[in-house]
Amino acid sequence: MTTSPSEPGTPPGAARGVTPCDLAVVGAGPAGLAAAVTAAGLGLRVTLLDAAEHPGGQYYRHPAPGLRAARPQALHHHWQTFARLERRLGAHSATGRLRYLPGHHVWSVLPEQPTETGESSQAPVAAPAQAPVWRLHTATVEGAGAGRVPEDGDQDAGGHGDERPVTVRARTVLLATGAHEHQLPFPGWTLPGVVGAGGAQAMLKSGLVLPGRRTVVAGSGPLLLAVATALSSAGATVPAVVEAAAYPAYARRPAALLRNPGKLAEGAAHGATLLRHGVRVLTRHAVTAAHGTGRIEEVTVERLDRDWRPVPGSARRIPCDALATGHGLVPQLELATGLGCATRHAADGTPALALDDEQRTSVAGVWAAGETGGIGGAEPALAEGELAARSVACALRGIPLPPRAAVLRGRRDRLRAFADTMAAVHRPGEGWTAWLDDDTQVCRCEEVTAGAIRQAAGELGAHDTRTVKLLTRAGMGWCQGRMCGPAVARLAGGAPAPDRRPLSCPVPLGHLAGLPGDGPPAPAQPPDRSGPPAPEDR
Amino acid sequence: MTTTPARLVRAEPGPPYEISFDGLPVPARPGQSIAAALWAAGILSWRTTRYGGSPRGAFCGIGTCFDCLATVNGRPNRRACLVPARPGDVITTQKGTGHDDLAV
Ligand code: FES
Repeated sequence: MTTSPSEPGTPPGAARGVTPCDLAVVGAGPAGLAAAVTAAGLGLRVTLLDAAEHPGGQYYRHPAPGLRAARPQALHHHWQTFARLERRLGAHSATGRLRYLPGHHVWSVLPEQPTETGESSQAPVAAPAQAPVWRLHTATVEGAGAGRVPEDGDQDAGGHGDERPVTVRARTVLLATGAHEHQLPFPGWTLPGVVGAGGAQAMLKSGLVLPGRRTVVAGSGPLLLAVATALSSAGATVPAVVEAAAYPAYARRPAALLRNPGKLAEGAAHGATLLRHGVRVLTRHAVTAAHGTGRIEEVTVERLDRDWRPVPGSARRIPCDALATGHGLVPQLELATGLGCATRHAADGTPALALDDEQRTSVAGVWAAGETGGIGGAEPALAEGELAARSVACALRGIPLPPRAAVLRGRRDRLRAFADTMAAVHRPGEGWTAWLDDDTQVCRCEEVTAGAIRQAAGELGAHDTRTVKLLTRAGMGWCQGRMCGPAVARLAGGAPAPDRRPLSCPVPLGHLAGLPGDGPPAPAQPPDRSGPPAPEDR
Repeated sequence: MTTTPARLVRAEPGPPYEISFDGLPVPARPGQSIAAALWAAGILSWRTTRYGGSPRGAFCGIGTCFDCLATVNGRPNRRACLVPARPGDVITTQKGTGHDDLAV
């Protein structure tokens, strides 16, 4: 439980009066945690915001305290690292230097416009003269309020278990918002029992449950081995890990491998566990269909050619009661693109933030670390979080980076090189669209089929996700294209574009109405001024 | 002795409490989400889609995909993978938008 005060119901106008913290970190995964505790250790006043109730992000996701797990590390690598970060988080929270706000989902980050003086209806100047103060708008999620999609006409914001708006002001922002799973559709992937590979892992880590007793693990990327290892260690039978890429492709890039022996050891450890549990690993194969009535009963596995096209005649079926599937991860960029941060295409083709040597985004005052800058896993995230925090501290103080930064940069570069190798090896081949028949649902929310998308991209002449979306509703549903976006882009013949979603999570209309310039401020509650004391040494 | 996730991490949760799913009692462990409790009971789907009426349950497990929407204590559109199960929670299969009673 946190004892940190928040700013309950602070109306945007009143928030101006609250002294901004030095750094707001969004996300308490490996990158965000490392950044927050480093910055606090350097004397900055830090606010760490995270949507989850417990720190750790997806990587260090662990059982809820109520489950009383004596050995959570059994489901983790490098648990000690997390335990250390958590201790430092606790220590800095206790001194008040770090304010940790769990259960706070940041849905928008905006610069505070200098002309904004409450009632003024003047158009704000294009760019603030001095460094802006950032305002982070959050929806708090607590207890039974968590996980609810706000509906029009919500009356009970602020009531028990429901969301209320909290605004945090900060001089600098560090985005460590992580990633979500990359999915490629195939016939039957909407059947109950077909779950994300990361989803199966997340439910296992936090809720100690399995989707089934006999689970095929399929897709592409290093996560599959970790998921198969975890599932089989937890008692599931994994008849096969089906990997679309070919592992020997790693061997064609020996430099990155040799510079990262730890990665090889990790892979070998997974391999040994899988061997012990009798798990077959099929490379250059894919699950190209799931079958069942009402729930999954078996999968079709086919051999793939270089382009991931099924080899005719290679199909066979494997019975199972669950399928855990995923094709790597996609950076979560809504907040960053909302701020106008420049993006680039990472080695696996997914959009990621373009960052400089010190983890700065293209927007002054905004840094990023971890998967937002490209998928790389926890280790580069830890180095980047620390590096970003040092960069922020030096920027605020107007001093050059300390020598330690060079060490962090070296580590980051080495780990990033490995991540790029991985991304290139597992990058989906163009031929995967041959898995789809016209009836395959691509957009899970709006139930839009591959046939409809192909028609939009063919006869109707749509060449990008946006036009396809307008013609078919693909990507217009609850998840806002998070599940189908990359697949739709590919079917439309384009590359996946960076996320452009005005809000990063569902937000009650009342919160939006409370934004400055958009109506009256939310009902005023006295802002909490009993916050942590500002340190003297700044 | 068969391995289970709880044995793997040596979890000793308190006694399970009861929630219900479509009228049937389902045990939940303290700290589990509604989706986790349903999975533990072998239930993988708890909503039907708007157009096809096909069954869906948890997919992403982290609040991103919205496939796990359920009606909880009469309120539709709750992400079961995020909502903690509370003693006595009444979960019912969510049909369509969850507002089919309002359909014209
Ligand atoms: S399973 Fe994806 S939102 Fe709950």
